[in-house]
Amino acid sequence: MSKISTQNDDVYKNTDGQTNTRFVSSLSGISHRYGKTNALSEINLNIPSGCMVGIIGPDGVGKSSLMSLIAGVREVQTGSVITLNGDMSKSRHRSAVCPRIAYMPQGLGKNLYMSLSVYENVDFFGRLFGQRREERQWRINELLESTGLAPFRDRAAGNLSGGMKQKLGLCCALIHDPELLILDEPTTGVDPLSRRQFWSLINRIRQRQPNEALGSSTPPEPMSVLVSTAYMDEAKDFDWLAAMDDGKILASGSPQALMEQAQKSSPDLKINDLDSAFIQLLPKEKRGSHKTLIIPPRKILNGGPPAIKTNKLCKRFGNFTAVDQVSFEIEQGEIFGFVGSNGCGKTTTMKMLTGLQPASSGEACLFGHPLDARDLKTRQRVGFMSQAFSLYSELTVLQNLDLHARLFHLSAEKTKERISKLVQQFDLQTYSNELTDKLPLGIRQRLSLAVATIHEPEILILDEPTSGVDPIARDGFWELLIALSRNDGVTIFVSTHFMNEAERCDRVALMHAGKVLATDTPTALIKHTQTENLDDAFVCYLQKADNTSEKPRAAEKTIHAKPKIGKKQKTRQVSRKFNLTRLLGYAYRETLEISRDPIRLGFALFGTVILMFVLGYGINMDVDNIPFAVYDQDHSPESRDYIQNIAGSRYFVKHPDIRSDIELDQRMRSSELSLTLEIPSGFGKALRRGRAPEVGVWIDGSMPFRAENISGYVQGMHYSYISDLMIRNFGHLPQTGPVELETRYRYNQDFKSLYAMVPAVIPLLLVMIPAMLMALGVVREKELGSITNLYATPVTRLEFLLGKQLPYIGLAMINFLILYLWLFIFLVSL
Amino acid sequence: MRHKLGNIYNLGIKELRSLYRDPVLMILILLAFSFMIVVAGKAASLKLNNAPIAIVDEDQSPLSSRLISAFYPPSFKTPHLINLDEIDSATDEGKYTFTLNIPPHFHRDVLAGKQPALQINADATQMTQAFIGANYIQQIINAEVNEYLNGVRVEQNLPIKIAIRMRFNPTLTEEWFGGVMELINMIAMLSVILTGAALIREREHGTLEHLLVMPLTPSEIMISKIWAMGLVVLVATALSLHFIIQGILKMPIAGSVPLFLFGTALMLFSTTSLGIFLGTVARTMPQLGLLMMLLIMPMQLLSGGVTPYESMPDIIQTIMQAAPTTHYVRISQAILYRGAGFDIVWPHFLAITFIGLVFVVISLIIFRRSLATAH
Repeated sequence: MSKISTQNDDVYKNTDGQTNTRFVSSLSGISHRYGKTNALSEINLNIPSGCMVGIIGPDGVGKSSLMSLIAGVREVQTGSVITLNGDMSKSRHRSAVCPRIAYMPQGLGKNLYMSLSVYENVDFFGRLFGQRREERQWRINELLESTGLAPFRDRAAGNLSGGMKQKLGLCCALIHDPELLILDEPTTGVDPLSRRQFWSLINRIRQRQPNEALGSSTPPEPMSVLVSTAYMDEAKDFDWLAAMDDGKILASGSPQALMEQAQKSSPDLKINDLDSAFIQLLPKEKRGSHKTLIIPPRKILNGGPPAIKTNKLCKRFGNFTAVDQVSFEIEQGEIFGFVGSNGCGKTTTMKMLTGLQPASSGEACLFGHPLDARDLKTRQRVGFMSQAFSLYSELTVLQNLDLHARLFHLSAEKTKERISKLVQQFDLQTYSNELTDKLPLGIRQRLSLAVATIHEPEILILDEPTSGVDPIARDGFWELLIALSRNDGVTIFVSTHFMNEAERCDRVALMHAGKVLATDTPTALIKHTQTENLDDAFVCYLQKADNTSEKPRAAEKTIHAKPKIGKKQKTRQVSRKFNLTRLLGYAYRETLEISRDPIRLGFALFGTVILMFVLGYGINMDVDNIPFAVYDQDHSPESRDYIQNIAGSRYFVKHPDIRSDIELDQRMRSSELSLTLEIPSGFGKALRRGRAPEVGVWIDGSMPFRAENISGYVQGMHYSYISDLMIRNFGHLPQTGPVELETRYRYNQDFKSLYAMVPAVIPLLLVMIPAMLMALGVVREKELGSITNLYATPVTRLEFLLGKQLPYIGLAMINFLILYLWLFIFLVSL
Repeated sequence: MRHKLGNIYNLGIKELRSLYRDPVLMILILLAFSFMIVVAGKAASLKLNNAPIAIVDEDQSPLSSRLISAFYPPSFKTPHLINLDEIDSATDEGKYTFTLNIPPHFHRDVLAGKQPALQINADATQMTQAFIGANYIQQIINAEVNEYLNGVRVEQNLPIKIAIRMRFNPTLTEEWFGGVMELINMIAMLSVILTGAALIREREHGTLEHLLVMPLTPSEIMISKIWAMGLVVLVATALSLHFIIQGILKMPIAGSVPLFLFGTALMLFSTTSLGIFLGTVARTMPQLGLLMMLLIMPMQLLSGGVTPYESMPDIIQTIMQAAPTTHYVRISQAILYRGAGFDIVWPHFLAITFIGLVFVVISLIIFRRSLATAH
């Protein structure tokens, strides 16, 4: 496969690796834009092969774009990307190389399908790589065992914790023994223990020497792993790093080399970790006036009840206990940290304290009073900032502040004063009239905090306020928090998954799986566990609480068990030619998904029936039951006879007689009558004398086609009465015209519009509903991000579309059958 | 209470600002209340228009050619002349809605006063066209033959004369009907979409949660959306009525516009609460679309605005009494076409107010519950 020589074993030590080094990917002159924003500009980077490569930098600097370009998931705009010895802008190469790359997109389980079980998810990916059933079974078992997911194989992916989702995502990515594994922020929001387990898992897998099955003479080389991360502490263990900011590469090389480079650029500072190294590597104007954060000691306020106190607080969702007997106390003026992984119950606890969710059991007190979600007054004392950015993106900075001030009922002067003070304090002047969705993330977080403090709350509850924010902005944010706490005496309850932030808190609670493991000052926790830092201390507590951490180790052996090579080779021969297994894989998955989504399933099966019923009746052009009344001014036998003739028609429904012109007008206006007949006085007399009296007919013309129909009926009735009359009087039908017209209505003699509409509607519905559902299916994949599986696996577009279509065609067939049966009953009953 | 009203007002202003920044919805509103109404008025004609007709001329006489030339656009397409044996296959294919068969010796028999029979076949699956068209054809033929015989068009001399006059729309202008009914549809649809979208947008952005930690109650949040979106639709309706219906479609409005707008406001209570309800049930915009299809479409089609209400089965009529659109269609037709006053339409006003209240209360209960159990 690769003809380039591979003699360097220690690639990563070669910081500016050139000529002789083997690169897993090289980029030159890469720029990428989304609309007007430049995500990447002029990037030249050679990524050494066979090692752990980290791309570090805060959110939104272009890490994900870079990785997706390397993976071939995104189209190259300018420049060239060579991955695994081929140009990624060539679709031939992309398709050839794609089975050798595994790509795990950013976000917890973005490539997973939440309604599918663990097993079904991995199984689906096996199918996408065209693996046979036995091979899939064997691989799935191996992967689930080695990641410790085996006990949960039947649990829906949506119900897994963050760490488990990442492991499952990894299983799905590794199902086909890739040569290059690309992980986009795989550990964001995962607790430190799971993170460590994750990395040791990756290390074990790398040692597996996956290339042996190639049978080539190439010496075995560990799998190349490309990782992006915002955690500097895990990046320090990687072989080679590229630091990114603002779409550019700041520096690349081994972690040691990066730190040395940073030290050189600012000799007067002591650089001892990557975090500070990264800050020093930033361009000067960005670094700004950044200085190390100093936290003044807390003034202990004596007296007064604790700001927040919980006692055995629980929250259950069905069988799942999200928060399990959580008890803690937060003193007034304290900065209290909540540390734990995503999904461990931090957010739920905070939501219970803000009254967003009622507690299942246990109690919580704010300022010594039991929490009452209905009590709007306590809300005045609490400020809350939720995890996601939750300001109105359609409003400007000032409008957002103003709206919140009004909602908290600040007086006009007070509002003015607070806004001007906050804008100054939070350094928002330059942005005050900008829409908030155009602001950089760090500024948005500052604005969120400003909004949360507009009413001068005594407690601030902040749910992961700094996730995704770059280190400088994070420090700036903390400066504000410290000022609020130390100067204004605000109690701050903050959750985070950054350990260096947790260390700044007065006290922290370590949380895991709904339980608080320990609560104390950071130093006391470190001391107690006899570890060096809070991260290790947390891991220590986690291991104590969670003996499942032993499991992966026990499973380690299985990972070395060698598969039968023959089976492995099958996977290797993945081709981009049409493959039924992959197509059926998609069909199978879509079927599983639909069968678990009652809304879509119901719509697919019964939507047509309901809509046909409605349309059949709704688009009903039948004109009958026409309400009519007579204004008979004659009251002669002749007039009554004439009226009798009209009233006898099945089209008309006779209403009480009209007695005056005004009444006629009124009743027609009120839509009670659609047709009125006015028979003039002297009608009978005139008729007897052959003086051809005139009957007046008024028709409601507001619905024109109906009026035309009514007019037709009346005329028909009128002429038939005349013929009748003449036969009665003269014994024969006079010649009414020179021509006799025979009108035959074909196909629908009764003029039932149902018979006209239903057949017209059925094809429409049978075509429209599956089409709509199919389109929704594709939109859903795009929304949830699982569409990347189309680009990152050997599936072709045709297989993807046909595969997804199959279940809908199946549904449409069933639907047709239901429709047919129903139609049968429906028509017979009529 | 003052706080409550203040909150509702402030939140509503925020809704209006958000809507203003949403180009998709703004364009939708603009199109729905202008372009769509004109198009619906002009296009959706149920009158006989370009009806395909074929004629079998077995007579080949001056009279028959006179008849053939009597059918011309826009009511009919220029007739195709076909052979007798083609009639069945052509009608089976649905190629022609009407076929007219002029028998041999037709001319001679007419002159001889033998009353020869002309056969008209109408494809009745084309409902209205077939019925109205057949009447047209009869009239045309009678007039032509009479004129041919007598040299002038004469009224038939019958023992009773009939004078049919159309009220409220004397020329039966289709545009008036189509335009106003489209306006009604758009009012219902947009008020549901706007409120539903406002709620879903708020949930998707996470701002709903944000509101709930402030001293606000769910009812304030909901009512603010109802009034803001209702106001938008109401203003759009008023403008559309003035500039589009009266301006472009040139429809005279018989009744009082303020009364109509008052009715519209009452109707908007129901539809905007329905929007909240759907926005609560649906989690995403596509789902809202699906639910709209299942709920709004029947509500509009069965309201009597599109087709005659009294022709529907009784059970449907009864069910549809609970839908606000049914009453609203009544109100608007009565006021706009027939110039009815409040003294005539008040029962529908009462019904629509009641339905609106019920909808608001139900939506509020469901909205509250969904907030309380939000995961």
